[in-house]
Amino acid sequence: MLTATPIILTGAGAFIGLLASAFAKDAFFAQHMAILAIILTIATVILLKRFQFSSPAQIQRREEAARSVYMDDVIRWGVIATAFWGVVGFLVGVIAAAQLAWPELNIQPYLNFGRLRPLHTSAVVFAFCGSALITTAFYVVQRTCRARLWGGNLAWFVFWGYQLFIVMAATGYLLGITQSKEYAEPEWYVDLWLTIVWVAFLMVYVGTIVKRNEPHIYVANWFFLSFIVTIAMLHIVNGLSMPVSLLGSKSYSAFGGVQDALTQWWYGHNAVGFFLTAGFLGMMYYFVPKQADRPIYSYRLSIIHFWGLIFLYIWAGPHHLHFTALPDWAQTLGMVFSIMLWMPSWGGMINGLLTLQGAWDKVRTDPILRMMVISLAFYGMSTFEGPVMSIKTVNSLSHYTDWTIGHVHSGALGWNGMITFAALYFLTPRLWNRERLYSLRMVNWHFWLATLGIVIYAAVMWVSGITQGLMWREYDAQGYLVYSFAESVAALHPYYVMRVFAGLLYLSGALIMAFNLFMTIRGKQRIEAPLRNSPAPINDKPVVAQPAQ
Amino acid sequence: MSENNETDDITGVETTGHEWDGIKELNNPLPRSWLWGLYGTIVFSIGYVIAYPALPLINSSTAGLLGWSSRQNVANDIAALEQGRESLGQDLVATDLNKISGNPDLMQFALAGGNSAFKVYCSQCHGAGAAGGGIYPNLVDDDWIWGGTVDDIYLTLKHGIRYEADEDTRYSQMPNFGADGILERDAIKDAAWYVRSISGQEADLEAAERGAIVYQDNCAACHGDSGEGMHDLGAPALNDAIWLYGGSHEEIVAQISKPKQGVMPAWGDRLSEATIRQLSLYVHRLGGGEK
Repeated sequence: MLTATPIILTGAGAFIGLLASAFAKDAFFAQHMAILAIILTIATVILLKRFQFSSPAQIQRREEAARSVYMDDVIRWGVIATAFWGVVGFLVGVIAAAQLAWPELNIQPYLNFGRLRPLHTSAVVFAFCGSALITTAFYVVQRTCRARLWGGNLAWFVFWGYQLFIVMAATGYLLGITQSKEYAEPEWYVDLWLTIVWVAFLMVYVGTIVKRNEPHIYVANWFFLSFIVTIAMLHIVNGLSMPVSLLGSKSYSAFGGVQDALTQWWYGHNAVGFFLTAGFLGMMYYFVPKQADRPIYSYRLSIIHFWGLIFLYIWAGPHHLHFTALPDWAQTLGMVFSIMLWMPSWGGMINGLLTLQGAWDKVRTDPILRMMVISLAFYGMSTFEGPVMSIKTVNSLSHYTDWTIGHVHSGALGWNGMITFAALYFLTPRLWNRERLYSLRMVNWHFWLATLGIVIYAAVMWVSGITQGLMWREYDAQGYLVYSFAESVAALHPYYVMRVFAGLLYLSGALIMAFNLFMTIRGKQRIEAPLRNSPAPINDKPVVAQPAQ
Repeated sequence: MSENNETDDITGVETTGHEWDGIKELNNPLPRSWLWGLYGTIVFSIGYVIAYPALPLINSSTAGLLGWSSRQNVANDIAALEQGRESLGQDLVATDLNKISGNPDLMQFALAGGNSAFKVYCSQCHGAGAAGGGIYPNLVDDDWIWGGTVDDIYLTLKHGIRYEADEDTRYSQMPNFGADGILERDAIKDAAWYVRSISGQEADLEAAERGAIVYQDNCAACHGDSGEGMHDLGAPALNDAIWLYGGSHEEIVAQISKPKQGVMPAWGDRLSEATIRQLSLYVHRLGGGEK
């Protein structure tokens, strides 16, 4: 329910943005703050139009009525935002892939590869996966705690505040504002905003768990909570920096040299570990048993692999810095922690897959459950590939090559993407009180397009990455390098074209999903034949030849 | 666990008795294979930590039983490579540039190194196949602006062309015949027709006849009486079909009016003597090297 406070805060924000733009020390900051002022002005106008004057008694009555139900409006917005950012993120990915295959497609300066690449990674990781995590975390914590979200409108602040972070980060990249830290590109003022939003997220989450009506905390909530807490810590430490001016876009990191690199990859690796692994395991632990309608396979496994994952992941970052200025001992520790991480990671896959005991037949007829299974399969594949790539000998071949790109995509497209799609398909009919999805057959199409896309993508990047790695280290009998860098780039062109194709498959699947969800929300149902088992044909040849009739 | 936990019908396993939004948990033990996998990676890791540098001390770290060091490995590899090359490298510098091709081992070493260095330092302008392109000369033909003997190429590489930071750089400047008003526009056009005629291209012969006089008065001193060019002055041959800045009438007129003056950096300060020699021999061998 809308009160005056958000209107005042948004309006004040718009005014501050305007002032900051007017007094900015550099053109980047002026442009970025002008964008902020425009966004917040529009938001203020929308909020004002929705505002209704009510007597205190009316407000109290509405609050009491609301207290007895789950807070689902924010989650509905979250479902829409997740689908939207998914399509945007995949589209930018396809464009960036096309730019690598055909450099003429670089449009200077706003749409060159250097700016679109962080736009793509952030749109997928932070916008798509981040919105999915906030949305599902809010849904799951309410259901498994049997409690309405704590903090009233704070949940709305978390959602819209996070969307504002995404837009500010994205527009900053296009303008050319970056602190040049991979997956942490936004500058200091956007970082500070995210910190505020994230602390509010933590408060809503912990507040809801504290006032729960269930005696125990469900395992999905441990994972979500570890994700929220650890991301806060990582973001704050890696983002420590000194702005050149409080009215300027540029800042300098608190760390220098190899310390900066280590901090960055401690952050970068655990962004994968806690954002894309722990958080998504939280999703998995709720949606898989719900969709399969089966109990979780093993409570004990969930405890042990949770603590194993939490304890080991945080040390594995140095494997991103093999054979660099980082001391050998730190590289060794990064590697062994990565190897020990293998089984704790696989615990989630095993627990998820074995939860399907007694429900495997459903995989044939339920494409949503099938998405969850393929998601866990890709999770298992990439969490095995990761430790393998952390081994120094393997890393000396794979590092800096497309193999790494393939690895993150089998994780992001296969694991994060597929489980998110499944969750969106699960949530939409329930949140909008629809009997079923618009079309289950379209889910099936989405499943196959996405799966084919990932398989082609990963396979092509393996070939491309290993080709690249081998070309870089090819010496002749005299000890001279055989290939120049440019020759290795030229050799990869066919693979880059195939990658564009794979991306198009994945994108088209997501577009089908967006349409399907849109029609479901509108309350439509596609008239179609139900998905079912085709009867097994009985084509045994008779033992004794039958005389012709 | 409490004693009245229910049992799952399908697997026959007891649940933990908890339920959240309809989700229950089975009380299965840790899968054996998973647990042994976990132990296995831990044992491997302990072994690896003992074998390799792993544990930080105050000013250093444990060295590991194998004594492995990534920096030492690189240093050893480079040392081994340099040791293997040492005599060849010394011979390369000590031998007369024109006599190196007489020593097959030395020549092979020179060409391998030249090939590798060319890709790193030269291909950006002259192309991966050395065929040039745009305003950068082709190095695989037999047309040389500043000379195509090994010694000429060596000098060009070492000191560059019109490269001001090097005192001994190759230098010449073609006058701006048009831009500085040395010649009338019509005279330039005539001269350009003449240049086209001596290179065997279609030309306005009447104009070319007038241009011949302009050429002899203004151009022949550097480009030669019959347009054969002059290496010492970097004056390209004009009587062949090879054109750096284009051979159409308009392009020749443009070049006479306000000539483009190519620049190449000097590599003497950046590359070792051996590498420059390797590059000289490699480029000479590409196709059109002069004796």
